[in-house]
Amino acid sequence: MRAAEAFAKSKAEGRAALVGYLPAGFPTLADSIKAVEIMIDHGADIIELGLPYSDPVMDGPAIQRAADQALAQGFRTRQVFEVTEAVSGRVPILVMTYWNLVERYGVDRFARDFKAAGGAGLITPDLIPDEAQEWIAASDEHDLDRVFLVAPSSTEERIASTVEACRGFVYAQSVMGVTGARAATSAAAPELVRRTRAHTDLPIGVGLGVRSGDQAAEIASYGDAVIVGSAIVNCYLDADDIPAGHQRLADLTADLAEGVRR
Amino acid sequence: MPNPDPGGHWGEFGGRFVPEALIAALDELESAHASAMADPGFLAELDKLGREYGNLPSPLYLAERLSEEAGVEVWLKREDLNHTGAHKIRNVLGQALLTKRMGKTRIIAETGAGQHGVASATAAAYFGLECTVYMGEEDTRRQALNVARMRLLGAEVVPVTTGSRTLKDAMNEALREWVATVDGTHYLIGSVGGPHPFPMLVRDYCRGIGDEARAQFLERTGALPDVVAACVGGGSNAMGIFTAFLDDDVKLYGFEAGGDGYDTGRHAATITAGQIGVLHGARTFVLQNEDGQTIESHSISAGLDYPGVGPEHAHLAATGRAHYEPVDDAEAMAALEKLARTEGIICAIESAHGLAGALRLAKGLEPGARVLVNLSGRGDKDMGNVVEYYGYDGAFQEQGAQ
Repeated sequence: MRAAEAFAKSKAEGRAALVGYLPAGFPTLADSIKAVEIMIDHGADIIELGLPYSDPVMDGPAIQRAADQALAQGFRTRQVFEVTEAVSGRVPILVMTYWNLVERYGVDRFARDFKAAGGAGLITPDLIPDEAQEWIAASDEHDLDRVFLVAPSSTEERIASTVEACRGFVYAQSVMGVTGARAATSAAAPELVRRTRAHTDLPIGVGLGVRSGDQAAEIASYGDAVIVGSAIVNCYLDADDIPAGHQRLADLTADLAEGVRR
Repeated sequence: MPNPDPGGHWGEFGGRFVPEALIAALDELESAHASAMADPGFLAELDKLGREYGNLPSPLYLAERLSEEAGVEVWLKREDLNHTGAHKIRNVLGQALLTKRMGKTRIIAETGAGQHGVASATAAAYFGLECTVYMGEEDTRRQALNVARMRLLGAEVVPVTTGSRTLKDAMNEALREWVATVDGTHYLIGSVGGPHPFPMLVRDYCRGIGDEARAQFLERTGALPDVVAACVGGGSNAMGIFTAFLDDDVKLYGFEAGGDGYDTGRHAATITAGQIGVLHGARTFVLQNEDGQTIESHSISAGLDYPGVGPEHAHLAATGRAHYEPVDDAEAMAALEKLARTEGIICAIESAHGLAGALRLAKGLEPGARVLVNLSGRGDKDMGNVVEYYGYDGAFQEQGAQ
């Protein structure tokens, strides 16, 4: 399943899509599969699987801790394909990854194996289109979505060239800073979405900082997708045990799904 | 001097592997640096600062007693005599002056053992800039004196408690902070790594080492050295001295930290042992596992203890223009002791790696060959390590030398 199918559905329903992020292998490999199923059961339209990395420069404390935990438990890159295979078919599954992990696995090989597992595409936070020739070729070859980021600091020229390279949707990083749940979402987000929309018909997902149904509803009023990450990870970091984390995740996802439907 | 292509690549190395959010700041920095380098006023101010404040140019010194033992002429570029005790003052003065030029009021920096942190805090004090230094929590404990120096100079020191709590994690944290504060803050990176234009920019501010040494060498000997040697961690002092000699018939050698011994796997010999990958914004050689996760490096020298290396070094290695070899802890410490006893100079353990490598090379050179070593820093900061390494009983035996 590709991202476009999920956006067609949410658009037909007159609402924004809900995108849930979780690092593969967190809180455990088996429970990351369970967590994705919970998110899908409770209204997530697209899943982003994070690939745990030793040096996640764009992530705040919550996702750093989750990645550390997954790596300490022995997570291997290839296991992201197992998770993808286990959950694919119901909603599009994208992998969000720092570039070195893909490069090390082999860009074409990664694209081939991920496609075979049922994956939809990649979100690449530290790969700009300027450096992405190999990935653009591989994603064309294996027919995968490729989601690059735009930011409040992006110039018009860069927004134009970035959306040109995107397929599936565009990821609008709504605040200048690392990932992390915030009490208030960014005032820069609506402006960034407006600027981006002037350059593309692709759906625009808005990420960084969302933690509640109210915030999801606010972002859904101007964005095509609401992307939630750290708040999902926190369900497990804040819970006494994994079953309690699953329950928190079910409640949070339901709240967020209700938010995008207001 | 070959600059990288417009995207910041030397061959397949370098580039920009960073969040889009930083691209505008990198573009601004690149354009500010280019205009500064073309501005005689900026260059004159930097030169004056170097001379009157930084104690530049540093002397070129023929180490006669050491040369007698080595069988070749060993010439030392005395960067250890610079203000703050290392070549790093060149980089921080250049970048701090550039920070002012860009109208920014704050710098952030990463530091391992604290030398770049101290240099950054020094430049911040001189220019009246706010300064925050990110330092691995482990290092803040081991290098308490440098933490005190930075605080005395008015900098805020933030212990980094994430990941392996070392230099690479301090860099991660500085990059995270920079994304959030990029409007008014300059990231004063400490070596020739990171996304374009940092590797080029830091090289440009450090290249005075080689420009001076080349002119001094010609003046003193009427010729160029046969070999130029330097230690390589991130590689700023080595790029600083190599750059002037790239087009000459001069052999260039970079010596990486061999740690416990190259064969033990506990080292920081990134070019010798690493594979091509992406770390901290650039494609370069990286110590990484099969999956691309960064491996922790090991060295007695905190300044060389880094699992990546500047992309221009990666390119010089790949093209064969420069050669890179590991020097382990024992060999470096033996060179440090030998220099102290023959010349009365206590150099930094980092620099001792370059010297040790040069002494090893000397064995295969013609008698009387001329070897220029960048003595990139002084050893005061390392006395704790020296005492720990040799023990308190005073049994300072020469050991480990080949």
